[in-house]
This record gives sequence, C-alpha cells and structure tokens, in this order.
Amino acid sequence: MTGDRIFGAVMIVLALGYILSAMNIQTSFMSDPVGPRIFPYIIAGVVIVCSLAMVLRPDPEADWPALPMVAKLGAALAVLVAYTYAIKPMGFIIPTTIASGILSYMISPRAVPAALAGLGLGVGLFVLFKVILGLGLVALPRGWM
Amino acid sequence: MDILSNLALGFSIALSPYTLMLALIGCFVGTIIGCLPGLGPSNGVALLIPISFSMGLDAISALVLLTSVYYGAMYGGRISSILLNIPGDEPAMMTTLDGYPMAKQGRAGDALVISGVASFYGAFLATVGLMVLSPLLSRVAFQFGPAEYFALYMLAFCTLGGVGSNNQAKAALAAALGLGIAMIGLDKTTGMPRFTFGELHLMDGIDFLVAIVGLFAVAEVFHFIESHGKDSAIGVKLGRIGIPWRDLRNTQGAMARGTGVGFVAGILPGAGASLGSFLAYMLEKSVSKNRAMFGKGAPEGVAAPEAGNNAAAGGALIPMLTLGVPGSGTTAVLLALLLTLNITPGPLLFTEKPDVVWSLIAALLIANVMLLIMNVPMVKVFVTILAVPSWVLLPGVTMVAFVGIYSLTGSSFDMLLMIAFGVLGYICRKLSIPTVPIILGILLGNAMEDNLRRAMVLSNGDWTYLFSSGIAIGLWVAAIIGFVAPIFLRGRLKKPPLPATESYDKD
Repeated sequence: MTGDRIFGAVMIVLALGYILSAMNIQTSFMSDPVGPRIFPYIIAGVVIVCSLAMVLRPDPEADWPALPMVAKLGAALAVLVAYTYAIKPMGFIIPTTIASGILSYMISPRAVPAALAGLGLGVGLFVLFKVILGLGLVALPRGWM
Repeated sequence: MDILSNLALGFSIALSPYTLMLALIGCFVGTIIGCLPGLGPSNGVALLIPISFSMGLDAISALVLLTSVYYGAMYGGRISSILLNIPGDEPAMMTTLDGYPMAKQGRAGDALVISGVASFYGAFLATVGLMVLSPLLSRVAFQFGPAEYFALYMLAFCTLGGVGSNNQAKAALAAALGLGIAMIGLDKTTGMPRFTFGELHLMDGIDFLVAIVGLFAVAEVFHFIESHGKDSAIGVKLGRIGIPWRDLRNTQGAMARGTGVGFVAGILPGAGASLGSFLAYMLEKSVSKNRAMFGKGAPEGVAAPEAGNNAAAGGALIPMLTLGVPGSGTTAVLLALLLTLNITPGPLLFTEKPDVVWSLIAALLIANVMLLIMNVPMVKVFVTILAVPSWVLLPGVTMVAFVGIYSLTGSSFDMLLMIAFGVLGYICRKLSIPTVPIILGILLGNAMEDNLRRAMVLSNGDWTYLFSSGIAIGLWVAAIIGFVAPIFLRGRLKKPPLPATESYDKD
C-alpha cells in the first residue's frame, strides 16, 4: 500500500520535473512538425496517469525487509559505491578482493571462507579477464609495479 | 531452394574451428548460467555482452557466442528445477512441478534425460521454424513505414505489459520510465541536448548496457543478500544416468505439442519463454491420458514445458531479427547486443547482411546438437557446478558485472549509474513493477520517437496518419487487445500453485 503510494507520488513529482525540463529544450529553427518536446510530454503524461493509478489503487503491501536488513543492504550499496571509486587508483586486485570478501561475508558470516573467497575472486577474475580474455585491467596501484 | 543455399552459406562460416569453439564455450557457460539459481538467461547474457565487446570479437563471433549462451541457459534451467526444486530461471519454473517429484522417486536421471531431449526437440524445431518464417516475415516487414513501426512498438509494450505483469498501470509506468530515460542525450533531429542538466557524461545518453546490467544483475545482488537462506533446498542425489527409451517414446506427443505452443508464444511480442512453458504444461495437463499423474512426477509434465520454453526461445528470435522488436527480456538483451555491434535488426538485415543472419542460424543448429550432448551424457558436470556455494557465486557475479561495465566504458560515472539502476531494479521488484518494459523502453525509445516524427513529417503534422493503413490499424487493435484482454483473462487463467520458491529471472 504505502510502498505503491510513495513510489507513485515520487514518480508524479519526477514527471512534473521532466515536463518542466522538456519545456526548456531548445528547438533549432529547422525542425520537424513534432519537434523535440512532444514525445517527452507524452511520456510524462503516461507516467502521471499510471502513477495516479498506483496512488489511488495500490496493490497489497510489498514484503519490505526489516531494519537490520535495510542496514545490511545499505552497507552492500556502500561497498559497491566505494568499489567504483577505488578501482581506478587502486588497480583491480585489491578492491575486488575486499569488496567480494565483504559481500561474501554478508551472505555467509564466516570470516575465513569469506576472506578466501575474496582473495580467490580477486586473483582468479584478474587472471581470467586480463590473461585469458585480454581485457585492459590494471592489477595493482600504479606506484607498486 | 533459397533456404538451403543460404543455410549452406551460414554453415560455411559457422563451421570454422574458431566459431565452433565459441559456440562450445557459449553452450557450456550458458548451461552453467541457466542451472545456477539467481542467474538466468537475461542477466547472464547481459553480463557477458560488455565483456565480449571489450574482447573485440567481431559481429558474427559475438552473436554466435551469446546466442549459444542464450540457448544454453534455456537448457540449463531445468537442472536445478529437477534436482533442487529451485527453478534455475523463470521459464524453468513449470519443470519443477513434475521434475522434482520424479527426482524424489529416484528418477532424477530419467527426468534430466527426458527434459534434455525435450529441450533439444523444442529448440531444434523452433530454429527450423525461425529459418522458414523469418524471410517471409521480413518480406511483410518491408511494407512497414514509420506509422506501422510506431504501432508495432506500441504493440510490443502493450503485450509485454499486459501479459507479463499483474498490474497494467505498473507495466505501463515501467515502459514510460524506460522511454523517458531513452530521451536523455542529444536529440538526433535538432542536435539539441535534452535532460542532460549540463552533465557531459549524459550527452551521449545512458548506455543501455549499463541500465541492463544494473537492472538485472546488480538488482539480483541486493535481492540475493536479502533472501539468502530462504532458498536453500534439500538436493536430491543423482544416480547413474541411463536412457529411459520407453518414456522418451511415450512423451513424443507431449514434446510435439509443447513445441508448437511454445513456438507460437515465443513469436508473440511480450509473451516469451515463461508463458510458452506455462501454456505447454497446461495444454498437456488437459489432453494427456496420464492426467492424474501430473504434479506427482509425470514424464509428460517434464517434457512439455521444457519443449515449450526452448521452442519459445527460438520463436522469440523471429520478431527480434525481422522487426527489431524483442518478444521477451532475454531477446531485449540480445537486441542490445545487436545494437552494440552496429547491426540494425529489421527486414533489411536479411537482404543486406545474409552472412550474419544465416551464420547465426547455422550456429544455433550446431549449438543445439552440442547442448544435447552436454545436457544428456555430460549432465553430471553441471550437477557438480551446482554445488558452488552462494557466498562465492554471488560476489563473483557482482564483480563480473563491474568488470564488464568498467572495461567497456572505463568510467566511474557509468558504474555509479549501474548501481543506481540496481537500486531501482530492487525497488521495482519489491513493488512488483516489471523491469523488462524499462529495458525495452530504453532500447526502443529513440527509434520509437524517430518513427513518430518521421510519420509526422510525411503527413505534415496530421496525427490521423498513424492510423491510416490497414497494417497500422491491425497493430493498434492488437496492441489494445494485448493490453486489456489479460485483465479479464487473469481471473480465469489462475497460475497453478508453484513450489515454495521465488522466481529468479524474468524472461
């Protein structure tokens, strides 16, 4: 119920913002009869109608995770975001080992297997992608090699 | 005999050792992807596109590799259905109904062989059907103008939303969301930026691969972390594998009917393999003499849905190749592959790039034979792989997703975007908003707008032009029926009680 209503409301706001942004699209002097704004307007219209339907006639409430699980998912999200920032300066192996180790620990909280899984994936995937498949990855931070 | 000479051309390309090796690897990897719960055909193929692209494979090689993966995943899904009572992917869900009971009776080996042969039967005949029907359909498609294409895209969205979801508003919202995302970037006609907010990264638009990998693979990661433990099932021991000739003979009819139903379901836009296997199972249940045994381990109940889902997989390639309109989530991903390779599917594909199309078809036929060999005598190899614990598998999948996008785009921005799509995918799944229409919207958005605007140029701004030809009107009517009819049918066509596990992969 509430999930659908909140999502619908957020979508309506987004769609209104979308229309606003579409109104500012520059049109060049040579344009077709439709122009670059009409199709976005139509899309935003569909979004608003559907979102209203979601707000007015929501489905039964989804099965949301409890607070500890939300925290856990948030942590996983943080790990992934940190990973995207780390991979460039740190090379492939170290961030991958750490990130996959943490994810592994989240699924099965045993430290040693998780660490081994992380290390195995960090090194194993590097060998697979760099050596066998020939993708352009950097193994370690620049200064170390 | 046009078809035969074309096929000979296809085989002359596909039979090179390099292509054969790619097909073999694709089949093997695909079967693994299919049988691992949580990795299905669509997110499996999605994960591999950026990687095969960064490897610099040429168009034919990449196509052969990834369609082999696609077919392989369709074969592989049944293995965990039968042994673990967990469908390896959504189309394999119906196989659990009779496959797992068979396995519990100590007939796991028989069930695997029957379903393997049924998969071959369905996939092989569907590939032959693809060969015969595609050129015909592409001839019809030559008469399509912008108005017809616009109506066709509407049809794809409407049936996909109508059939594939339980709530029309949510399906339409998903499609509109995808279309809205597709608008980001430079407008092709006027060259003006739209919705970029001055962000340079957004000028080229959002790469659909980023969206696909995010919505399918990264969302799966969040879902998996939340649901792990719930899905653990007691596996069934697999004994020696013999060939149950008697059962194979008795299930011939079931396989043939399953193939027919599945193939038609596959061609219909939006229906896809899940519906194919569902309808095949329901049909078989109502015509079989052995009806009382269904749900308790009837071999027909294993054969029909497997033939159905594999036939649908082949059938779904027809609208994707001839019209550029995918019929399911996985074919949407394959469309993404074609677009990445700069191949525009459509009627022209068959006349301009016959080598690509026919070598693909030849490769599919070869892949099917390989898959039959892998999935019947060698099935034990995959059963071993099924034992990989989830705490290794899931981080591995995550990292493959990141490596793929990173080596494709080399930008942190795209990886962050991918994570954002992952979060969106997770929320959508919680709210049972289908994600496949989002993907389809992103993929088709620009073409759809383009056709609308071209139609308006032709008619000088007269909107009735969209309904001016017989074909266009037919497509619009079909679109409306496809969207509205499921509301009324839903009450009548209740899904049978499924085993107490979640679906993993929308197809």
